[in-house]
Amino acid sequence: MSWRRYLAVARKELTHVLRDPRALGISIGLPMLLLLLFGVALTLDVDQVPMVVWDQSQTPASRALIADFSGSPYFSDMGAASSYRQIERQIDHNRALIALVVPVDFARRVASGRTAQVQAIVDGSDANTASIVVGYADAIVARYNQRLSLALAQRTLGRNLPLPLDLRSRVWFNTEMESKNFIVPGLIAVIMMLIAALLTSLTIAREWETGTMEQLISTPVKATELVLGKLTPYFVIGMIDMVVSVVLGRFLFHVPLRGDLGLLLLASTIFLVGSLAMGLEISVMTKNQLLASQVALMATFLPAFLLSGFMFPIENMPRVLQLVTYLVPARYFITVLRDLFLKGVGWSVVWGDIVFLAAFAALMLGIALKKFHKRLD
Amino acid sequence: MFDRLRHMLIKEFIQIYRDPRMRAVIMIVPIIQVMIFGYAVTTDVRNIRTGIMDLDNSVASRALISRFTGSGYFQVVERLGNDADIRSALDHGEVKAVLRFDRGFGEDIGSGKSAQVQLILDGTDSNTAGIVLNYAAKIASEFNQRVLLERVERHNGQKPPPPPVELRLRAWFNPNLVSRDYFVPGVIALLLMVISMVLSSISIVREKEIGTIEQIMVTPIGRLEFILGKMLPFVLIGYVDVVLISLVAVYWFNVPIVGNPLLLFLSTGFYLMSTLGVGLFISTVSQTQQQALMTAFFFLQPAILLSGFIFPIANMPRVVQVLTYLDPLRYFLVIIRGIFLKGVGFHVLWPQMLALTLLGAALLALASLRFHKTLA
Repeated sequence: MSWRRYLAVARKELTHVLRDPRALGISIGLPMLLLLLFGVALTLDVDQVPMVVWDQSQTPASRALIADFSGSPYFSDMGAASSYRQIERQIDHNRALIALVVPVDFARRVASGRTAQVQAIVDGSDANTASIVVGYADAIVARYNQRLSLALAQRTLGRNLPLPLDLRSRVWFNTEMESKNFIVPGLIAVIMMLIAALLTSLTIAREWETGTMEQLISTPVKATELVLGKLTPYFVIGMIDMVVSVVLGRFLFHVPLRGDLGLLLLASTIFLVGSLAMGLEISVMTKNQLLASQVALMATFLPAFLLSGFMFPIENMPRVLQLVTYLVPARYFITVLRDLFLKGVGWSVVWGDIVFLAAFAALMLGIALKKFHKRLD
Repeated sequence: MFDRLRHMLIKEFIQIYRDPRMRAVIMIVPIIQVMIFGYAVTTDVRNIRTGIMDLDNSVASRALISRFTGSGYFQVVERLGNDADIRSALDHGEVKAVLRFDRGFGEDIGSGKSAQVQLILDGTDSNTAGIVLNYAAKIASEFNQRVLLERVERHNGQKPPPPPVELRLRAWFNPNLVSRDYFVPGVIALLLMVISMVLSSISIVREKEIGTIEQIMVTPIGRLEFILGKMLPFVLIGYVDVVLISLVAVYWFNVPIVGNPLLLFLSTGFYLMSTLGVGLFISTVSQTQQQALMTAFFFLQPAILLSGFIFPIANMPRVVQVLTYLDPLRYFLVIIRGIFLKGVGFHVLWPQMLALTLLGAALLALASLRFHKTLA
């Protein structure tokens, strides 16, 4: 391998990149846009759920239960209804997500030790939000029951009692439970895969399509030099994106970065090389930009987005799909990223994932070199 | 005119379907994608990997642990001996939650004192952590209630009353709260947008890059015929994909389709107008396929994220919410979810359909105006 020829290819590819300011702008701007969206606008947190109440009982007991709901940070906007029709209209027009119907005999039943049934009607069309909302409602009712039971026990035993169980919950690593702390580190992996899919996957296919490949073949440049030279500018772009993401995440969105920066750099380098080589490989095999872009999106971006645990927990997937995720390199990289950003752990925890990423990068580079023949057919 | 259009269409179809790999991309890729989406995209929380550090090992502590495991939300995977084990298990991600009992837990419960138990959660995934906290609080309240009522029973020998309040749940539109029923119809809308926009954004620029656009320019073909000729094959591909993905949704994932499929077909046409409008516009303002692809992505990413597909629009800041009104996916999601899940008809969905039509007409007009300039 000749250093000079490698540099020549890298320079040629860099010229390609620089000649197209829009593509370059997007490859830096798109990551920033994504960060901005995830940092500011997008959250999975469910709170301030609009609620409507039909209190048929109108007693101190029913009002105490309703006060438990309105006092919780999860529910807001307690509209009142006085018929199922009104409830239906509120839910249909998305003015309420949940409706609570307290029966007429609520206070009587509670006082006489018979179970009172309170009805909760939720808009189930967004099942995810609906189950979370149901969880909130369940917990509030359980706490209400606990309070009544405590009062009953105190009356019967004639003395003050503490609650038997005192559950102390502590949340580690992301104490405020903010979704941006969860999403932003993982986003770095998604962005890198996007660069691989949008930039490298097209680079050799374009040479085939526009016919410049023939000119390249007639030069003395070797496969190794060509592959590495073509990767270099995109590697630089990917690393710039990484640094931009880290800086924006840390200083604009205050995502904690507790781990070792050197380790972060190492893991990013390895992952980026692997994913860029994969993009290049797709380019070599398809020789058609349209096809290459589709295959690349399927093979790089989609798994990184869906099967890596980036947003959807892997544990919730069916067994077979869980096994598939072991083949998704982004899965390992995202684990490393979260370990470094939020947990602040070191080499002793992340080495296994990094070794896997290194194996992936070596494999991809190897295949890209092997698949690439300087032949016209 | 129809003759010229017909020839243009023949040329386009040959170009698209010539490569057998391209046929696979159009037919098979969407099916694979809807399969992955259907299985992967769920935010339901079950079987949280839980570690137990039980220094007490009493009847009471075991009873509480079995309450946690019996709920279906927690799955005990590891026994931990000391605090260092807890740290390491959470650091390595072996467990997401730890229940920690100190010595004396059972004794405290038995003697009517307040017994402490600690729940330590990995908050990395904030969404899951929030849900788990809630589950745990509910389990603790129910445990308390039971212990208290048992005490009452021991004291006066009577059978204790049942729980005072019972929450009866009714979920409308999706009674079992299957998150797949919500997401899979959305996937149809999403994939349709990605496929039609990416393919159309590349289509014109490809001719520019390879140089065949000059050959087209010397033919007597008009602007409208050219744009229509470029569009119609993608409309057809779009419809084929809608049918394919809907079949997978209904027959593989058992997602009910309550409403009228014909209405879905009609709205698909309006939707494709706007996605193809954006795609063709991008194609006219791009010089290379790469540029077109990247521009399409620059539009697609925010369009997907701000559509309400995963992240509820109601949670977004006001300014961003206003932006979502420019997003065709936003309207089509309402339509497709309305038809699949709620079974609502034209009288409810007409505002969305109108918005899509206006958006589509504007975008297509923009694309063909732009195209005129490029040819000149």
